[in-house]
Formats: sequence, structure tokens, C-alpha cells
Amino acid sequence: MADLALLSFPPVRLPGQAAALRAEVRAFLAAELAAGGFVPRPDAWLGGHSAEFSRKLAARGWIGMTWPRRYGGGERSQLERYVVTEELLAAGAPVAAHWIADRQSGPLLLRYGTEAQRARFLPAIARGECYFAIGMSEPEAGSDLAAARTAAQRVAGGWRLSGRKLWTSHAHAAHYVFTLCRTAPPGERRHEGFSQLIVPLDAPGVTIRPIRLLNGARHFNEVILDDVHVPDDLLVGEPGRGWEQVTSELAYERSGPERLLSTFPLVVALLRALGPDPDRAAREVVGRLTANLWALRRLSQSVATALDAGRQPNTEAALVKDLGTRFEQDLVEAVRGVLDREPDRTEPDELAATLAEAILAAPGFTLRGGTNEILRGSVARALGLR
Amino acid sequence: MTDPELLRSVAHDLFAAHAAPEAISRAEAAGEVWLPALWGALEVAGFHRLGVPEGAGGAGGGWAELAVLLRAAGRFAAPVPLAETGPLGGWLLAAADLPLGSGPLTVAPVRPGERVIAQRGAGGWELSGRATRVPWARRATRIAVVVELAGEGRRGVVAVDPAAPGVRIKPGANLAGEARDVVEVHGLHLPADAVGLLPMEIDEGTVLRRGALARAALIAGALERVLDLSVDYARLRQQFGRPIGAFQAIQQELARMAGEVAAAGAAVDASVEAVEHAGEAAALAEIAAARVRAGEAAGRVARTAHQVHGAIGFTDEHQLRHFTRRLWSWRDEFGSERYWAETLGRLAAEAGPDGLWPLITRGPG
Repeated sequence: MADLALLSFPPVRLPGQAAALRAEVRAFLAAELAAGGFVPRPDAWLGGHSAEFSRKLAARGWIGMTWPRRYGGGERSQLERYVVTEELLAAGAPVAAHWIADRQSGPLLLRYGTEAQRARFLPAIARGECYFAIGMSEPEAGSDLAAARTAAQRVAGGWRLSGRKLWTSHAHAAHYVFTLCRTAPPGERRHEGFSQLIVPLDAPGVTIRPIRLLNGARHFNEVILDDVHVPDDLLVGEPGRGWEQVTSELAYERSGPERLLSTFPLVVALLRALGPDPDRAAREVVGRLTANLWALRRLSQSVATALDAGRQPNTEAALVKDLGTRFEQDLVEAVRGVLDREPDRTEPDELAATLAEAILAAPGFTLRGGTNEILRGSVARALGLR
Repeated sequence: MTDPELLRSVAHDLFAAHAAPEAISRAEAAGEVWLPALWGALEVAGFHRLGVPEGAGGAGGGWAELAVLLRAAGRFAAPVPLAETGPLGGWLLAAADLPLGSGPLTVAPVRPGERVIAQRGAGGWELSGRATRVPWARRATRIAVVVELAGEGRRGVVAVDPAAPGVRIKPGANLAGEARDVVEVHGLHLPADAVGLLPMEIDEGTVLRRGALARAALIAGALERVLDLSVDYARLRQQFGRPIGAFQAIQQELARMAGEVAAAGAAVDASVEAVEHAGEAAALAEIAAARVRAGEAAGRVARTAHQVHGAIGFTDEHQLRHFTRRLWSWRDEFGSERYWAETLGRLAAEAGPDGLWPLITRGPG
């Protein structure tokens, strides 16, 4: 029998204070909207960068929520963090500045960092003042991350780092890039010999070049590292154990509400255009989309529950990301199927413009954070097929 | 019965003993998809009364327990009216203070828009109406029929004897050969106390909601089994000198299948929790969502499973058919998948653009 216990989605029980927390976040967002504090946009965790907004969230204790208090955290559960993050994303709030630091860089430091590193970075992240980018992919190392060639040589007082990182979101607006690099040649296995270095993005030898996507978005960058000196105290974890460390980040990176909600604003725009009594075909489509979203949300919360229990639900996160991001794409075509209008970014019509943005952004959903083919390969491994 | 793990384990053992694929195949070959030994074992265990209040002679238990039992039943493609006897028929009779009787029960009507009318007359009631696709009608000792009390604005329930004069059963079947009969009632005269009054909040829609949730749980169990069978087959079947599961094409398809199974299970879990928290009338949206998602999963998983199993899985020799034919059937019983999608879409549209997110995030979880 296939051992399906390898894929485990625990029951979800939101803690008692979740409802009050949700109400608090909604009230904050309503006030911000009323005051013109932000314009809702889809994919806001990538496209909505606002240092001011991040600091406001931090002031309410909504960054670093799950971290120990002594590092500026709130010692709250992953499920409570989930309540906050999903409300922010559903509202299209500009959370991009702190998103990566909060989502994975902080947890990585908590797990593998030294006390000095935690004391140095976590409080600043929790204040909404310190932003991280992810330095993993390279021109020759996308899905095959183990082919990464950025390398660091041991020198007096630290490391000399050279290489090129690609698809580094918001490197142009972040303070540090969490960089996967080789500090030793591969051993018997290609995954050996990697380390993680925190690289200040204003260090000498760092060049950042923006990458423009076909929809005009500019959050991606190329980061060129040319003999960058990285002091010893910015090595995170064990030299040579970088692969294992990076792997442990993935459950955080892949499973959250940002993998389901990217095109949610399009359903909202559709409902606004349809009114309260749409025809049968439109009702059916809306019903199907709502049902899918409901199930996905439950799965995503289930992964958060597993994280709360101290587990590393990497495969479950991969499964949720595959399902969720394909749903995000399917949603676009489903909505298009009940419409008769052309997508147009310049249209004052909310639906035509939102449809246009969603169509143009859609290819990225199943590429970023691990291509879905690779993720399905992980699931296949958990099923015992490879 | 409160420990879900214990319930799951006991139910699993019972179904494994009495609902092996070979037993189902033999029953089919003998001309009727029905396992009397399985039913007997369920009665001995009291499982046929799960979902009926203890005070009315039931085994107690709510939807959390029912979901465990029904998923186990689905995992074994158990061809018996488990959902119909406990949480549907038995529950209705108990709600109207009518005796449960003995033996398997079923319930009618089970399709949106169908009605059976009870007209008050001298000495009692006269029932007339037609209910189609009634599960297991010809096997049931009694059919719990929800009747509209003509002119009175409320419903009652009657434990109709299928053999009574005025009742005609026309046999039918779903794609798995499970009995889905037409029940025609014409001029059936019953004494006054034969009709139990139902509380105002219980009507035909209640039967649809509860039946729909039960089918979603059955589907979730059957999906798990189909994934198991497909993964096992891919690991064992050798072609080109290796297991077919070694090919990426198969791996990718089975990974998608696992996703579908997980999503359907999550939708059922969420709806069961919503029902436990707020009652099944208030959880209409969640039940609809579970039915839609489980239905979508059923179609995709059945398709992929047959593709992975190749020709042998398409024959009447392989047990895969016990599950895929039920998936193809159950997804449209107690309301079609489309019906539930439209229902949920209507609720979403009524909630409106600013109400959709609060709708999705309502409830305990």
C-alpha cells in the first residue's frame, strides 16, 4: 500500500483569539483605505512595496508575530500569523517590503542563526525596518538549484564572494540578500558544500540590475557579486550545510496564502460587475471558484498547523503551492469565460483592467517559488514513486 | 464513540472483513449489488444508527463521527445504505418522534424540486407523489419520506413500507449498479399517527444538504483508495524494464491526483467542522463547496486512475471499477455537482464583492 501518512494534513483549529485578531486587521485596513493609505492591488506581496506601510504593520505587532518576544516578536502561532497575512493579501495591501524577511529569513535565523545574528536582525525586521531578498536562483541554476556556482572563498575575517544571482525580488529596495553559495566543492552528492551568507546589498562589489517582466513589473533583479567581502559573523548556520538550511525555508515559502490569492481581486471585480443576481452560467463559475478557494485555504492553514507543531511539511507545502498556483491561473480563464470583453490595462473599467493584469501576471504563478513540475516531483517522491 | 482513530480502525476492520472487492464482484455477478453480511455486521456494531440521537434509540454521534465512518465506507465502496439509514432516514424519524423500526432505511425525495404531498382526510392522510433516484428503495424495510402537509406550511415524515398498496417501486441503478429506484406513491392512505410532524426548520432541503455531505464524505474515502491503487499499480507494473511509476509522465499525473485527493478531503473536513459549529442549515455554503470540490476531484481522479492502470483497469476483472463507477455516480447524487456549484455561486453573489471574503473566512476556522 502506498504510505499516504507521508502526506499529512492535520486538522485546523483556529485559536480562540483569531476572530478578534481578524476583526482588528480588517478595521485597520478599512481605516487605511478610507484615508487613502494604499490602493489595493493583486499580487501585493510582490508588487506593493511600502516602507511606511510595513512600519505601520510592525507597530501593531504584525511582523515577526511568531518569534520570541526578546527578539521583538509576538510569540503567536503560525495560524494567527496566517489570519493576518491572508487578510492583508485579500485586501491587496502593500506588504512586499517586509514579506520575505518575515516569511522566511527571520525563521531561518531563528533556526540556524547565532544569538548575535538573531539579536542583530530580528528586532529590526520586526520593526518593519530591515528588508531581505532571496539569493538562490542563478542564470544556470533555476529548477536545478544545486547547479549554483556563486562561490565564497575563505579569507581573513570572512569570505570573498563572487557570482550572479537572478530573480532576486526587491533587491533594489532591500538591505540584505540571503545568499546560497558554494564554500566547498560538491562531495559525493551535489548538495554538499553549500553555505548561506547574509550579504549587505550596499557592500562594495555588489551590483543590482533590474529585470523587467512582460507586464512591466520591475521587482525582479540580477545581483552581481564581484569579490564581495562578507565578514564571518554573516555566515548563517554551518558551512557546508546550506542545502539543508535552504530546504527548511521552503515549507514557509511555498505554503502561504500568497499561493492562492494572487487573482482573488478578479473574482471580486467580477462579482461587482455581475451584481447580486447573475445568470446560471456565471453562478456556476463563481461557485466553482469559491469552492476551490475554500478547499485550498483549508490545506494552506493545515500546513501552518504543521509548522506550529514543529514539523517540516515540505511536501505538503509543495502540494499546496502546485494546487494553489494552478488555481490562480485557472481562475483567470474561468472568469474570462463568462465575459464578453477584451482585457485592457488602460480601461477605466475595473473588470477589464483587472483581467488584463491577471492574464499578464499569470505565467509567473507556477514558476516562482519552485516550478510546479519540480514540486509535483517532490510529491511523487513522497508517494514512493522515485 | 468519540475517538476518531478508534472509530476509523474498527470501521476499517469491519469493511475489510465484509466488503472485500471480491465480495462486491460476486454480488454483482449474482445480479444485485448488495452485501447482506456487511449490513448484518454494521447492525451488530451499531454503525447503522450513527447520527441518530441516543434518546431515540440511536448510537449518537455527530458529523465528525459520521465523516469518519462514511469515508471508511467510501474507501471500501461499501454497497449498503449506511448514509441513508443513520444520518438521513433514522435522523428524520427521530426528529418526528417516530419509531426507527429495524433493518435498512432510505429516504425520499432526494432530488431538488421533487415533492410528495400529504393531504389530510377522514381518518388520516393520503399521500401522493413521485421521488426518483431513491437510494436502495427496494432493499429498505422502510422509506422515510418527507411529505409536504398540504395547506399547512410545514413538513412531516412517514416511514413508508415499500410493499404497501399505493406504493410502486421501479428499479433503477447508478453507474455502479447500486439501486436508485423510482418511488411512486398514489392514493396511499395512512392513519393519522403515521405522519410525524417535523420541526419547522426541517424540509426537503435538509435531506439534500445532509445527503450531499454524506456523499462528499463517501467520495473522499473512495478518492483515497483510488490514489492508493494507482500508486501501487505504478510501482508494480513493469514496462520497458522498469516500473511505470519511474516515468515522469506517470509521476506528474499521480502527484496531481494526490493534490485532488487532498483538496477534496480538506473541503469535507472544513464543511464537517462548519456543520458541527453552526448546524447544517447555516453551513449550506460549506456543504456546497465540499460537494463541488469533491465532485471535481472525483472526475479528475477517476480519469487519471484509468489512464495509469491502462487497459486492465478498464475491465470488469479489476477492482478499480468499484470505485470509479461510484465516483462518477456519487458526485451527482443528492443534487448534481452543477446544482451545488450554482447554489454556492448564488450565495457568493448575494454576499457581493465585499462580502465574498467574509463568507470564505467565516466560522471557526
